[in-house]
Amino acid sequence: MAQPIPVEPLDPDRVNFYIGLLRRMLLLRRFEERAGEAYAQGRIGGFCHLYIGQEAVATGAIAALREDDYVFASYREHAHALLRGTGPRAVMAELFGRVDGCSKGKGGSMHLFDVKNRFMGGHGIVGSHLPLAAGAAFAIKYRGDDQVVICFFGEAAVNIGAFHETLNMAALWELPVVFLCENNRYGMGTALERAAAVYDVYRRACSYDMAEETVDGMDVLEVHAATERAVARARQYRLPTLIEARTYRYMGHSMADPIHGHYRTKEELEEQKLKDPIEQLSQRLIDQGLLPDSMRAILTQAAEDEVQDALTFADESPDPTDQLYTDVYRD
Amino acid sequence: MPIVTYRDALNQALREEMERDPNVFLMGEEVGVYQGAYKVSRGLLEAFGDKRVIDTPIAELGFAGVGVGAAMVGLRPVIEFMTWNFALLAIDEIVNSAAKMLYMSGGQIPVPIVFRGPGGAALQLAAQHSQAFESWYAHIPGLKVVAPATPYDAKGLLKSAIRDNNPVVFLEGEMLYNLKGDVPDEDYTIPLGQADIKRVGSDVTVIVHSKTLAVAEKAAVRLDEEDNLAVEIVDLRSLRPLDTDTIVASVRKTNRCVVVEEGWPFCGIGAQVVDEIQRHAFDDLDAPVLRVTGADVPMPYNKQLERATKPTPDRVIAAVKRVTYRD
Repeated sequence: MAQPIPVEPLDPDRVNFYIGLLRRMLLLRRFEERAGEAYAQGRIGGFCHLYIGQEAVATGAIAALREDDYVFASYREHAHALLRGTGPRAVMAELFGRVDGCSKGKGGSMHLFDVKNRFMGGHGIVGSHLPLAAGAAFAIKYRGDDQVVICFFGEAAVNIGAFHETLNMAALWELPVVFLCENNRYGMGTALERAAAVYDVYRRACSYDMAEETVDGMDVLEVHAATERAVARARQYRLPTLIEARTYRYMGHSMADPIHGHYRTKEELEEQKLKDPIEQLSQRLIDQGLLPDSMRAILTQAAEDEVQDALTFADESPDPTDQLYTDVYRD
Repeated sequence: MPIVTYRDALNQALREEMERDPNVFLMGEEVGVYQGAYKVSRGLLEAFGDKRVIDTPIAELGFAGVGVGAAMVGLRPVIEFMTWNFALLAIDEIVNSAAKMLYMSGGQIPVPIVFRGPGGAALQLAAQHSQAFESWYAHIPGLKVVAPATPYDAKGLLKSAIRDNNPVVFLEGEMLYNLKGDVPDEDYTIPLGQADIKRVGSDVTVIVHSKTLAVAEKAAVRLDEEDNLAVEIVDLRSLRPLDTDTIVASVRKTNRCVVVEEGWPFCGIGAQVVDEIQRHAFDDLDAPVLRVTGADVPMPYNKQLERATKPTPDRVIAAVKRVTYRD
């Protein structure tokens, strides 16, 4: 086994921040595990894309935002909504298709929305939300405000036209947007190397003379630091950035897909799990004496309790039966 | 009343709405420095500056999506497509993003945006630059679809479209930009979803929108002079919402109907109109409703062939004579 790369010691003065990140990642992990179970039980339908393994990316990045910044995400976005402040109850109820879901049960797993927390979806067509994110950034600049937009997307989106069109306009018009590519290596079952002539995603930025950075997407602190730099660039200078976070998903593309098989091996998966983002941060905290064993157990139990509460809430929430024809047009 | 071209009526609408609401901006290819590929935006860059009149790269999907994103956070974009033929590249953002955002967000995110530009059959522009897309967009719940036929309607409808809180597909007639008509000086709007009776008659209803109004008007004059038939022309103006009440009221009066459109016949606007009529006015009909449409072929370049694809006064007259059993 390769020697672990030495990492900077954690700053003891920031212990609450680290534990906050750990707490959030534990919640995301448990939420997705229980959502996966509920899917297997038929309580969640359709497509359901889990985030297990990738928690460090959204957790680190969203921690770098202000409350009034905007977040756009793809269809693998349960975590992003939760991190933005949409409660587990509203997210789980949406997965269950119930009226108390954050999109009233009309969006489902792929279309979570929560405007009051500036969570702008939940978009199901690969790459199509990149122009939307640039549009929100355009509006910020148009109004002379100083918010920032962050747009999460998978690595498979970098080969679609919308990616290029958007990065070009964002650079040309100097828009305050951070493009955060969550490179989990596979677009469904196609490895990036099999789909892209240039598979170092961050290098795509040079086509648009855009700032770029690549980070270990399994290291929440690295993601956080890179996002902070990009957000500052956007807020102060209204300049976009492309960040590539190299991460890994433990589950299949969606709940309907195999975890491994033709496109990747079980051995590869197990090797990646050795870099688990939650265990990495947890171990670093323990090694420095910043996280007592009992606290890890308490945080895990708290996540479990919160998710169980969300499952009960979602189960009890009614179907949106009288909402079929509402929200098609706005008066 | 001032006589104004269809082009300048649209320009007036844009200018007035941009003056009225600082959230309105115009974005598209060649809308600024070049003054618009069809000069609809002439003078707007000088009047409002490059913050509000934005030239884009040739990237229809991208700038349509930028417009949708800006609308999602409260601006009121007007996105110009150089022609609707190029909007096919942007249809994902129009259909999957703009039209569905309000619904799939459970009512949280309205998208007040206008997508506009010229469409319909043009002159010898061949298959890829000369086609009518009304029925494509009218099919989609969440979109409103407007296709004005006159300068007066163009101005009043565009102003309403810009003020509407929903995505509006605004199809201008590429061959109508030089059409002149009365446009009053005072501020006015025309509600979306209201058809207009452009000619009153009692013998047969001819239903039109956009450029086919002129075709039907020519046919109506000849039918009046040569056959003593009084044609009532219903200009739909809006295709979604469709003004079924006005359509049905006219058919109940005349008992005969012809629907004219430039688009292809299969699943066309006329097909929907005929469905409305058979459901709401079946017992009032004295003849099957006939349709005059574009030919069911890609648009040919050859002038003779092109002419053969288009609805003409002769074809409308032939259809009217059939529904009145005069042929």
